[in-house]
Amino acid sequence: MTAMAVPLGWYLGLAAALFVIGLVGVLVRRSLIVMFMSIELMLNSVNLTLVAFSRFHGTLDGQVMAFFVMVVAAAEVTVGLAIIVNLFRLKASSDADDVDVLKA
Amino acid sequence: MTTTIATYTGVYGMPEAGSAIDLAWLIPVVPAVSAAVLLLIGKRLGRYAAHVAILAIGFSAVASTIAFTELLALPEEARSVISPVATWLEVGDFEVAWSILIDPLAAVMLLLVTWVGLLIHVYSIGYMEGDERYSRFFAYLNLFAASMLVLVLGDSFLTLFVGWELVGLSSYLLIGFWFEKRAYATAAKKAFVVNRIGDVGFMIAMFLVFSATGSLAFAEVLPMAPEIASGTAVAIGLLLLVAAAGKSAQIPLFVWLPDAMAGPTPVSALIHAATMVTAGVYLVARVSPIYATVPGVGLTVAWIGVATALLAALIACTQNDIKKILAYSTVSQLGYMFIGVGLGAQVAGVFHLLTHGFFKALLFLAAGSVMHAMADETNPWKMGGLRKVMPITFATSLLGWLAIAGLPPFSGFFSKEEILVAALDPPGAQGIWVIGTIVAGLTAFYMSRWFFLIFLGPKRYEQELPGVHPHESPPSMTLPLVLLAVGSAAGGLLNATPASLLRFWDPETSFLSSFLAPSVVPYYGDTPFIPHVPAVAIVTAVAVAGVAAAWALYLREGVDHVALRERLGGFYQLSYQRFYVDELYEATLERGGRGLANAFTTFDRVVVDGAVNGIGRGVAGLATVGRRVQTGYVRSYALAVAAGTVLLAAIFLGGLLNGQG
Amino acid sequence: MTPLLAQTEAASGSAEFWVFIVIGAVALGSALSMVLLRNAVHAALMLVVNFFAIAVLYATLDAQFLAVAQIIVYAGAIVVLFLFVLMLLGVAGDQAFTGRIAGQKTTAVLLGLALFGVLAAGVAAPFLGEGTACNVPVEQRVDAEGPLCEGLAVANADGNVRGVGFLIFTDYVWPFEVTSVLLVVAAIGAIVLGKRREDPGELTDAPASAVPALRDDDDDEAASDEDAAEPAAAGASEDDEEGTR
Repeated sequence: MTAMAVPLGWYLGLAAALFVIGLVGVLVRRSLIVMFMSIELMLNSVNLTLVAFSRFHGTLDGQVMAFFVMVVAAAEVTVGLAIIVNLFRLKASSDADDVDVLKA
Repeated sequence: MTTTIATYTGVYGMPEAGSAIDLAWLIPVVPAVSAAVLLLIGKRLGRYAAHVAILAIGFSAVASTIAFTELLALPEEARSVISPVATWLEVGDFEVAWSILIDPLAAVMLLLVTWVGLLIHVYSIGYMEGDERYSRFFAYLNLFAASMLVLVLGDSFLTLFVGWELVGLSSYLLIGFWFEKRAYATAAKKAFVVNRIGDVGFMIAMFLVFSATGSLAFAEVLPMAPEIASGTAVAIGLLLLVAAAGKSAQIPLFVWLPDAMAGPTPVSALIHAATMVTAGVYLVARVSPIYATVPGVGLTVAWIGVATALLAALIACTQNDIKKILAYSTVSQLGYMFIGVGLGAQVAGVFHLLTHGFFKALLFLAAGSVMHAMADETNPWKMGGLRKVMPITFATSLLGWLAIAGLPPFSGFFSKEEILVAALDPPGAQGIWVIGTIVAGLTAFYMSRWFFLIFLGPKRYEQELPGVHPHESPPSMTLPLVLLAVGSAAGGLLNATPASLLRFWDPETSFLSSFLAPSVVPYYGDTPFIPHVPAVAIVTAVAVAGVAAAWALYLREGVDHVALRERLGGFYQLSYQRFYVDELYEATLERGGRGLANAFTTFDRVVVDGAVNGIGRGVAGLATVGRRVQTGYVRSYALAVAAGTVLLAAIFLGGLLNGQG
Repeated sequence: MTPLLAQTEAASGSAEFWVFIVIGAVALGSALSMVLLRNAVHAALMLVVNFFAIAVLYATLDAQFLAVAQIIVYAGAIVVLFLFVLMLLGVAGDQAFTGRIAGQKTTAVLLGLALFGVLAAGVAAPFLGEGTACNVPVEQRVDAEGPLCEGLAVANADGNVRGVGFLIFTDYVWPFEVTSVLLVVAAIGAIVLGKRREDPGELTDAPASAVPALRDDDDDEAASDEDAAEPAAAGASEDDEEGTR
């Protein structure tokens, strides 16, 4: 192995690490907005794998897919933040644990 | 004479393209379409609804006649024709085609159904005048005729069964036509329910036929009849007998027919003469190859027929309702037909079916005409002396009465004698002949009673029904009467030529016998109990005695009927109360059924509902525990999702690794 | 493979290595900081750093178009949106980590470690061979065993933007059009959701609507007890809302 080689696996490992950080962020943070940021982080990590595989396979389809993910993420953020704003109007809080209407 | 006549060959031909037989599917379809049209837009047609209906059934009548003549033109052994119309069901190898089977038997039935049906349609113009559901009545009449035509033209058990059920449905609609009266609606329901019992028999018989032969088409099943295992054949025969007993009102399923009087009188005429009740007789004649393989079953059919004939005749002697008397006489006459078809003399049975179609339609329409004149009164004791007032009704009824009483040379004489002569031959059937002879006398008696009380004697209605001024019915009602009277008087000629007048059932010379021969398989040999001619003389003498007895009781002055009834005591009551059959059924079947239903309800409430509720409570209990999982915190849910993701990722990627390794 | 191209690749080899090391560390660090920083605005800023880092990685991965799009869309639009909402709601302040759910943090971290293990072993590990590294000379790559990197030299021959654009408007034109619909729907949805209602009463968890319709009869008493206590709280929260406006 050449000393300077960057195997695909490194990128994938980095993406996995970012994904897991995002996941833990969603699970441990109580602020809805930060949870949302963590979700964006997870989406980005997935995009990173898509782009890395795109180069690995020599086709651009992965990049196109990452592009679509970006579009969907943008739409998601728009609606998600609107929901958070609405929730805040009702509860005067952006704490996820304050919303437990579904409690049985 | 050594002419040979064609026998059942089991070979079915195809019709010539463009011939009336090829287009015979139009015969049921046209009235059916007309019925649909009348149901949809009949109200707007107003009085013209009747014309549409009559045109439709008239078309069928003419088409049937043309098909009949075409059939006559064919050579005798090629007169069984199947004309495919459409594929109905296709399941794997099993295919049910909707085909039309026209053979001599079907052709004869076609003529009866369409022409008598046409006359009844015409009669209804006058009879139903002013009814608020005028157009719907004609729609139902058309539907009824169409159903019967489907039944008659069915080429398989299944298509016949479709017509069979449709007939049941339309009879229900027509019997309950005046459903505002609770009793009428109940009568319709009774007819329907009793018919269902027979239908179950039909269906099981169909299953057996299919499992035994792998087909339901007559063209395939009937030629195979001798190969069916005799046990199965007996079962099929008995089950079909149940079916026929339901439709043709035989013991023990006859109770619906007298109640079916609830419908308008033309409906009664249609049910009793042309459609419906003849279906059972037709069915037994149609599957005669199966009955031929197990003659014992046929004998059962005959015994049930003669028992029904006797019971119904005894009941008819004391009824005080002109339509009820006719109803029981129909049951009784159907019993005769069952004797005929049961003893393998299908020609005689069908012959009686035809002549009965004429004179019973005539008598019913005449009864309707009388009721029309007497403000719907049905008690003959309140009538009398209508001879002068209603001359046409009187004259036609006279012919009908003579025909049903079995007096020569009217149609009933020939057909009834032919059946009784057939009962002379087979071993074990002599009892049938004896009882049948007694029934012939009873028939003559009660029909004479009916006739005398209505048309002769003093004009009792002047006292009993003040304000009623009887009048002759309009021409639309009397014309069918006249035409049917001609049929009743001369119908005997169908199967009796002068040469054969004293040699009954001489297939070489009589028309119907030779015509029908290719359709049916007669059985039983020729071992006369007593010579035919004296037998006929005896039966005729008994019938004359019946008429004389009626004359002595109901036309002579000074008979104290109240005293007579008391003297007869229990016998009178037994007959008058219809042998308590309805009460017996009520006590056993209805109560039993109700008890059974109650038991089932309890079972349902305790066991089934208990199980359901138990499950419900169990789920509720589980949920009480399980709801603790639902914290309502979105992060707990997210945690669960994440855990699931990890698990799934581990499973899939682990599998991937294994696949690679 | 021309010698020139091979030389270029080899030259980019060491560059990519260092870029990956440095930028990867930045990405990881910013991501961790985002999760760990209590202040939501700080977290958002860390997110921007992370997005930039990923944009750089895109560029090294021969995805120039996406790198730019990443900066414009994520760093430029989405994070600004986050910050905007934070300011609007005034909830930028410190946020507690520990919630009302027992053991949530521990479980989450354990789960995260497990997932990382699974992903590293299942997804990353198979692609550690020398052939998978696109920045090593072609000769070494071809000789290596296991999966091989194809490289985007051919696909990007006319430039990355042309390549991606060509694919979007040929093979992916239908999904592309659908995403446009999605964006319109999302925009409309956001407007509808963001519209201030005249009477928010029916949407607040006021006593009447707080009782689920499908509830056992036995619980009615308990429920009404809870409800009796709630109006005060509900009223208070409404007051709060007024105050925040």
